Amino acid sequence: MSLTLPLLFIAALSVGGFFIARSRAQSAAGGDIRKLASLPRQHGLNTALSTAIPALFAILAWLFAARLLSYRDAAPIWVPLAIMLIATLGFILSIMRVSVTFRARTAAEGWIRSLLIGASVIAILTTVGIVFSMLFESINFFSQYRWQDFFFSTNWAPNFRGNSDLGILPLLWGTLYISVIALIFAVPIGLFAAVYLSEYASRRTRSVFKPLIEILAGIPTIVYGLFALVTVGPFLRDYFAQPTGFGDSASSVMTAGLVMGIMLIPFVSSLSDDIINAVPQSLRDGSLGLGSTHSETIRQVVLPAALPGIVGAILLAASRAIGETMIVVLGAGAAARLDLNPFEAMTTVTVKIVSQLTGDTDFASPETLVAFALGLTLFVITLALNVLALYIVRRYREQYE
Amino acid sequence: MTSKSLLTEDKRTKARNAAERRFKSYGVAAIAVAMMALAILLTSVIVKGIGAFSQTYVTIDITLPADRLDKDGNRDPAEMAGVTTIGYASVLRDGLIDTLAAAGIETEVSDRDIGDMISKEASATVRNRVLANPDLIGETVNFNLLADGRIDGFFKGRVTMETASRDQNVSPEQLVLAEQMAEAGIIETRINWAFLSLPDASDQRPEAAGLGVAILGSLYMMIVVLVLALPIAVAASIYLEEFAPKNRWTDIIEVNIANLAAVPSIVYGILGLAIFINFMEFNQSSPLVGGLVLTLMTLPTIIISTRAALKSVPPSIRDAALGVGASKMQSVFHHVLPLAAPGILTGTIIGLAQALGETAPLLLIGMVAFVRDYPQAFSDSAGLFGDPSTALPVQIYNWTQRSDPAFVERAQGAIIVLLVFLLIMNAAAIILRRKFERRW
Amino acid sequence: MKDTSMTKNIKISANNIDVYYGEKHAIKDVSVQIEDKTVTAFIGPSGCGKSTFLRCINRMNDTIDIARVTGHIAIDGEDIYDPRVDPVQLRAKVGMVFQKPNPFPKSIYDNVAYGPKIHGLSRNKAELDEIVEKSLRRGALWEEVKDRLHEPGTGLSGGQQQRLCIARAVATEPEVLLMDEPCSALDPIATAQVEELIDELRQSFSVVIVTHSMQQAARVSQKTAFFHLGNMVEYDETDKIFTNPEDPRTESYISGRIG
Repeated sequence: MSLTLPLLFIAALSVGGFFIARSRAQSAAGGDIRKLASLPRQHGLNTALSTAIPALFAILAWLFAARLLSYRDAAPIWVPLAIMLIATLGFILSIMRVSVTFRARTAAEGWIRSLLIGASVIAILTTVGIVFSMLFESINFFSQYRWQDFFFSTNWAPNFRGNSDLGILPLLWGTLYISVIALIFAVPIGLFAAVYLSEYASRRTRSVFKPLIEILAGIPTIVYGLFALVTVGPFLRDYFAQPTGFGDSASSVMTAGLVMGIMLIPFVSSLSDDIINAVPQSLRDGSLGLGSTHSETIRQVVLPAALPGIVGAILLAASRAIGETMIVVLGAGAAARLDLNPFEAMTTVTVKIVSQLTGDTDFASPETLVAFALGLTLFVITLALNVLALYIVRRYREQYE
Repeated sequence: MTSKSLLTEDKRTKARNAAERRFKSYGVAAIAVAMMALAILLTSVIVKGIGAFSQTYVTIDITLPADRLDKDGNRDPAEMAGVTTIGYASVLRDGLIDTLAAAGIETEVSDRDIGDMISKEASATVRNRVLANPDLIGETVNFNLLADGRIDGFFKGRVTMETASRDQNVSPEQLVLAEQMAEAGIIETRINWAFLSLPDASDQRPEAAGLGVAILGSLYMMIVVLVLALPIAVAASIYLEEFAPKNRWTDIIEVNIANLAAVPSIVYGILGLAIFINFMEFNQSSPLVGGLVLTLMTLPTIIISTRAALKSVPPSIRDAALGVGASKMQSVFHHVLPLAAPGILTGTIIGLAQALGETAPLLLIGMVAFVRDYPQAFSDSAGLFGDPSTALPVQIYNWTQRSDPAFVERAQGAIIVLLVFLLIMNAAAIILRRKFERRW
Repeated sequence: MKDTSMTKNIKISANNIDVYYGEKHAIKDVSVQIEDKTVTAFIGPSGCGKSTFLRCINRMNDTIDIARVTGHIAIDGEDIYDPRVDPVQLRAKVGMVFQKPNPFPKSIYDNVAYGPKIHGLSRNKAELDEIVEKSLRRGALWEEVKDRLHEPGTGLSGGQQQRLCIARAVATEPEVLLMDEPCSALDPIATAQVEELIDELRQSFSVVIVTHSMQQAARVSQKTAFFHLGNMVEYDETDKIFTNPEDPRTESYISGRIG
């Protein structure tokens, strides 16, 4: 049973209700709307909302219930009837309430308020959805695969005929190695760029270079990924790895780390920029007034004062790096390896989530389900980093407010 | 008290000033590195991708033989459809050989290899044209046909005599012939707008691959994101900024939104896969699911910027409205929201731009599939935005996974298209902000 | 407390100073001779330019992009706007205390040691300890903080913070001490302590203090300059300014009709 008919019914009744309630209010006032407690169109609005909101909510509830009960067929006939009944009830009740004294505005605002609350609850529902979508399948996975082997095995060798080794350690190693290289590259550059732009640069210079650096932030990660694949990877291989005998793979920890570092520069610099600007000018004046140079002021007063905020920014950048997918999919390689050589191809948690969940997947096998356990691990790690970073940054801001 | 003269710089000050200059130069160096990275990145994309916007075509006159294409001679398209593209391919080959002979070009290249210089897509093109207009049969028609990807690559510098000698799909002799054909004006490279409108093509024919389906899919997803994310984000922001009591519960929502903005995008892909595809059973690869996932992903971003926009409207405006007896709701909807609108729109456009470039979550919901049919916005079988589709960034990823390097050029070209779209969106956001920016 | 001897040296000599903030003409042709070992007060209604002028004396206006200063200021006969002068060296010689107490987010010890460290005034830790103690004593803060030198300076009360900032300024052995409304953020008791301190500091430094409180100027200074709308209206012995001003504008301000 299609829900098109009830939807059309609700729409029609709601729009019709608006005009009916409005004219009823006008006639109740005998043409003198000053007698009304609420304006006629507010009566109309109340009726329209009273008709539509409960009925639409009922539709959503039915859709959800049907999936939850694995109800595959068309909805039984009572469902659309019940929905239309709810709409009609809302319509009749609100029409009956139209009177000179009825505060329709308050009633209508109550409906709007519930819509606003509903919208903000979506944010919570998203988190709940994220956690549950991964939790169920992860539990499923761990019922088929020992958790000790997942968390502590150093071997990752999925085999779609069964008997796979699915140890997360090599993936975590690759993830951390690449992230660290990215941060080693991005943090000094981003920080120095932020210091220069906020402390030294003239307004003009700042207005040119700040947006230019921010362009880097607006470039999609697939673009960085392809840049790693076709430009940076071969370059590093031909000019660094092969001459020094470190290896001959274009995909490598270094390739992915370097490109990810470029991606993180604007992230670090704009966060640091905000944080440096939050350091009160009076501290700078105090230091300059004592005869310290500008750089002494920055190094010994501004940066120490901004340190907690900057640490928070770096943690957020680390969380970004750990969760980044396309750059590592295209730049890091697919081989799970525990190795120190940065010019060797390694792989990350995100790469394996993609590779286990794309293509022909069988949602009963541990080789597919492991992706959910990987996703959950990734989510927990980034959540911890984010919450810690947000907490630090928040505390820092309050300090200077 | 003895005091040093201010007019001479003492030794220590000299050293400190040197340290000052050094420190400052680190800052300049950092910006220079960032700018260099940006320049190299953009140059690399443009240099490698601009080729996708031109394409090599073979222009030949072909006499369409009735005995091979319409054996019964009654010009009935239904019967003529019995002749497959393979049948047409041989017609094209013979046509090209005749054209070469007419132009006086002599070559050692075998007939089969000459035929292979025309794209495998070309026979389908000709077949479709003939089936649409059976009267062409028996006529000599001038055709503009795609050249094979390798020949195209030769004219763009991707394929050289040296690489051809190691390539099974093309021989140096064919390249020599291609040069002769170019001199005779039979073959030429020109601008290829079809890149923007054609659908994807299979591994064997990169020369025919285009972005039509991907652009359409991305457009549908952006519509879904805009229609869902904007109202939800505005409603949530209004509640949190204007109505919510400051308590534990709203504090949790706040931290939650800030965290959602920093959750890795691939996690949203897992969410989409588990909830929208496995649980709700929406169609895989559909712009609807893609749009829903991207909506959830961009919501926090738009909420954060919307709240900032609401916050920047001074409290005096609210007080003024409340002072003349407006309700809180009226003061928000009549006064605060219109004043915050430019900021909200700017934030929304930036959120959309972020969604447009996002790849990872779309891979997980199956948008990486090979799709040749243009998706319908609404179809009876699949519902609203339910047709399988692909999207710009996923198409780029897809092409990087193909073996023929011609697809990498396509991918870089697609990146140029993607970046142009992003540029337009961001420029719109900047113009909007400049035009309506209000300082209180 | 009043010192009327006419034998004092001129420490700072400012001639024909004009300051522009962008388009705004903030200081208009001000000339003033400031004596050594004297407390000189700048008074006037807010926005009259007294703080701006104070910031010319150690070139703090250099740190504001849009500020432009013309004219000559000499300290001990040396033009401080001479291109050969490094503002860093100048500011070591001319210390400054600001309106709002601004201790660095470091320990009390590190706050005071900061100046001596950057200017290299001590050869070893013992000497540095000595400087810190001496400065805190001069800042009349030693007794209160000697047991918690390594606690953060931001944990002190407002009055203590301001005395810490004075100790911090004194630690670099300046010859001139500029104070920009040093008591405006303090309660009356803390103000009294700081004022007492200023009187003691006069033994070693020339002190220039900007204040919006006429009573304060009368209490701590020997010389007073009255600023109004960017002009220096009158400059004389403090007693004379407060009892028998020459300019009618000064008189109006003193008696509370403008300001």
